[in-house]
Amino acid sequence: MAIAEQQPQGSSDGSWHGIVLQTLKRNEISLIPYVPDRVLTPLIKNLHADPYFTTFATAREEEAVGIVAGAWMGGRRGAVLMQTSGFATLANVLASLAVPYQIPLIMFVSERGTLGEFNYGQSLVCRTMRPVLDSLALEHHTITRLDELEFITDRSIKQAVTTQAPVALILNPLLTGGKVFDK
Amino acid sequence: MNTRNTKVVNRFEITSRLIAKLKHEEAVIGGIGNTNFDLWASGHRPQNFYMLGSMGLAFPIALGVALAQPDRRVFALEGDGSLLMQLGALSTIAGLKPKNLTMIVMDNGIYQITGAQPTPAANVADIVAIAIGSGLARSAWAADEEDFERLVDDAMAASEPSLIAVRIDDKPGVGTTRRDPVQIRERFMHGLGVRDPL
Repeated sequence: MAIAEQQPQGSSDGSWHGIVLQTLKRNEISLIPYVPDRVLTPLIKNLHADPYFTTFATAREEEAVGIVAGAWMGGRRGAVLMQTSGFATLANVLASLAVPYQIPLIMFVSERGTLGEFNYGQSLVCRTMRPVLDSLALEHHTITRLDELEFITDRSIKQAVTTQAPVALILNPLLTGGKVFDK
Repeated sequence: MNTRNTKVVNRFEITSRLIAKLKHEEAVIGGIGNTNFDLWASGHRPQNFYMLGSMGLAFPIALGVALAQPDRRVFALEGDGSLLMQLGALSTIAGLKPKNLTMIVMDNGIYQITGAQPTPAANVADIVAIAIGSGLARSAWAADEEDFERLVDDAMAASEPSLIAVRIDDKPGVGTTRRDPVQIRERFMHGLGVRDPL
């Protein structure tokens, strides 16, 4: 299997964000618009530092979805980084652009609202995420373990591209450490 | 507002004039509703993309195409009401400075397709002033049809993004886009040379 031959190469420090960065690169995903999140900061910083990637902030998550949709149609692969509350703004663009036009939209969602959330609003927003994904029958995975991260990410990207369907990869606090009150 | 000296023109007329100028397989993204209806009515081209929802995303989608294909000129047509939904996109584009992107705003101050209700910006905000304030220095009102064509020529020769705002009348679109999203997307990708038909 291709995946077995493609062990983490250069995800040097073995960190979750190193593995994500290398998996993006290996799958030729070079355009990364994002709306920032504290937990995603090391990934965003390293993407900015790597000239392979075009990484930039957008004002809203749906703007980033529009950008990667256009890039896909123009032959360049992208992925969007966001937080749970950002995903909550996407139902319209998922249902009217990504799904009906069959765009392989790749989303990384840093999960707030669970496992130690300190903001009640965040915990409520989080509860809307999976019902929205399920209502559109979208592929999504919640990644909790470092040893499963590369497999899930790599396979999900390949599946999104070949089936021309969006995927959401939810980065759980068990993987990233999350954000806690004293941070 | 600097719009007072601008002539009120017709969307289909302006769109047709733009399309007539495109000789190098330029990509054109049509925003939702009347904007892409008139793009469709101007004559389908394989390099046209028609939005059927996601109001406000014509410029972001065009930015994505422009970043993917830096050697191709990319145009985006958007209504004023749609643009109001996504003003932040202007700054994103200003920051990235794609050399090949031209944004055209069809401004009638109303949501024509839903019953001609005025937008919150009507009579109080100036789209070009907003664009300049967002960092898009090459932003201008088209005084009339000929001035629009001149601004398009300038934009095609420019090496930074341009925005052209056009005051349009309250007429509905002339045609109706065939609402087949998969076919729209697939044919657009053929038109951009990304894929060959089966």
